Amino acid sequence: MIAGASDSLLLARRNLAHIRQIPEKLLDVTLQPIMFVLLFAFVFGGVIGVPGGNYREYLIGGILVQTIAFGMIGPGTSIATDLTEGIVDRFRTLPMARTAFLLGHMLAELAGMILAITILSISGLIVGWGISAGVGHALVGYGLLLLFALAMVWIGLFVGVTVRSPDAVMGVGFLLVFPLTFVASTFVPIAGLPAGLEQFAEWNPISALAAATRTQFGNPTAIPADAAWPLQHPVLYSVSCVAAILAIAVPLTIRGYRRRTAD
Amino acid sequence: MYETNTHSGSAIETRDLGKRYGEMWALRHLDLEVEAGTVLGLLGHNGAGKTTTIRLLTTLSTPSEGSAFVAGHDVVTAAPRVRADIGVAAQAATVDGLLTGRANLELIGRLYRIPAPEARKRAGELLERFGIADAADRLVKEYSGGMRRRLDLAASLIADPPVIFLDEPTTGLDPAARRELWNVVGELVAGGTTILLTTQYLDEADALADTIVVLDHGRAIASGTPSELKTTIGGERLEIVVENAGQLAPAIEAVSSFADGKPEPDEAGRRLIVPLRERVRLVDVVRALDAQGVEAVDVQRREATLDDVFLMVTGARPVEDDPEEEVAA
Repeated sequence: MIAGASDSLLLARRNLAHIRQIPEKLLDVTLQPIMFVLLFAFVFGGVIGVPGGNYREYLIGGILVQTIAFGMIGPGTSIATDLTEGIVDRFRTLPMARTAFLLGHMLAELAGMILAITILSISGLIVGWGISAGVGHALVGYGLLLLFALAMVWIGLFVGVTVRSPDAVMGVGFLLVFPLTFVASTFVPIAGLPAGLEQFAEWNPISALAAATRTQFGNPTAIPADAAWPLQHPVLYSVSCVAAILAIAVPLTIRGYRRRTAD
Repeated sequence: MYETNTHSGSAIETRDLGKRYGEMWALRHLDLEVEAGTVLGLLGHNGAGKTTTIRLLTTLSTPSEGSAFVAGHDVVTAAPRVRADIGVAAQAATVDGLLTGRANLELIGRLYRIPAPEARKRAGELLERFGIADAADRLVKEYSGGMRRRLDLAASLIADPPVIFLDEPTTGLDPAARRELWNVVGELVAGGTTILLTTQYLDEADALADTIVVLDHGRAIASGTPSELKTTIGGERLEIVVENAGQLAPAIEAVSSFADGKPEPDEAGRRLIVPLRERVRLVDVVRALDAQGVEAVDVQRREATLDDVFLMVTGARPVEDDPEEEVAA
């Protein structure tokens, strides 16, 4: 057990060393979200009205969730790259814990996600966002974001062990994450969406996560009074969705990894 | 907890080992017994089953039939114990391009559960020994193929395991590095390490292996010490090089009375290799060739080599083509 944990840490350190070698690997979780903050805060901020508050306070909760959702591309690409090279065979002949390879990827990617959350929070503070709820609520908010990050890392790992080439991860990630994060309360209050899309957005876990984060940080949520159940109970719905994702993605990833490395 | 199921005390032992990919048997009915502290050389063409054998013995793939023991542990039921006792240098260098050479060795050492300071020390020694100390702190993706290969070999030795598998260890190495690897193998064996290596170079098998097993189409078709193998196919060879390929037929005619077996013509090389009877005088051969009007460029007699053994038992010379072909099926 302890040996397994230390193997995972050794491999996580290996993945972090890769990031030191190719810092541009981190662009999607560092510069890209900052760019989104600036674009939305200054370009759309003037035209999008948020009931009960200003747009910049509303925006950051959404961008945090969106950035974490796109964060699946990193783990997917790095595990897919490993699987196309001989290095996995080396690991499989070593007396290390079998789980350490996947757990090492997971730990390194979570570290990247934490960095992204930190950078975004700081950029938010600079453009006028803030946490107006108590410390306890703020911690719950960040805790939720971390749980969601964990779920997205596992989705990324699943995609990574499934696709045949590392380049494919980016495509799959965009197809999956773009619609989900845009047909949601990420950037605009859902009350303004056309019928059909509005219902989709109400049940979209991304909306619930953004709403839960905003609630915990004391930011405006712009949830209509007659919104569907998930938005009335965003924390509960978010946690359930994350649990469901993990319950499906973890075993599928392990199975996919075993398939890719069998014989 | 683990089933060890031990037996004689051989470092490597297989019984009726076989591996099937779909309908195709990559390996079948393999019985090996490698005594501790010796070198077994697996010889064969690409696709003969050499890499499959190594993958089975290093727990990378699971046997379809039969059983195998490495360092006394069953490769299926006690795979984790096998892994603790082996070092592997695969055909495709299995090192991390985005780490430095030193970081690769230290990581692999730590994963063998060697304490960090010792892993660092061993890594330094091995980098020195394999002549990559100058590049130790450069990223491996900047290494040449030969350097990568040497790093891979160093990685297989980092934990000083009792059993080492080397899959075509000198392919792609320059002669100096090749010689150095031979020295390393010699030292390891003197220290009691058991080595299984595959090779396409017969001189390499001759120089390093205590025992040789020739594989062909997944079956072991000959085995023994190098000298046993050479003896079984008879003693001397006559090698004749002719002016053009058209002269091979009259040359065969001319030497038939001196031959102890079928002469092997080699069209492209304009060459004829003839297993020689005892007490044949070279001058008689030359006269016979002359009488048939053969223009011989060169005639020489020599001892049988492993090359000849290989030619006899597989019907073709070991040719190098795509080394990846055999890796995955």
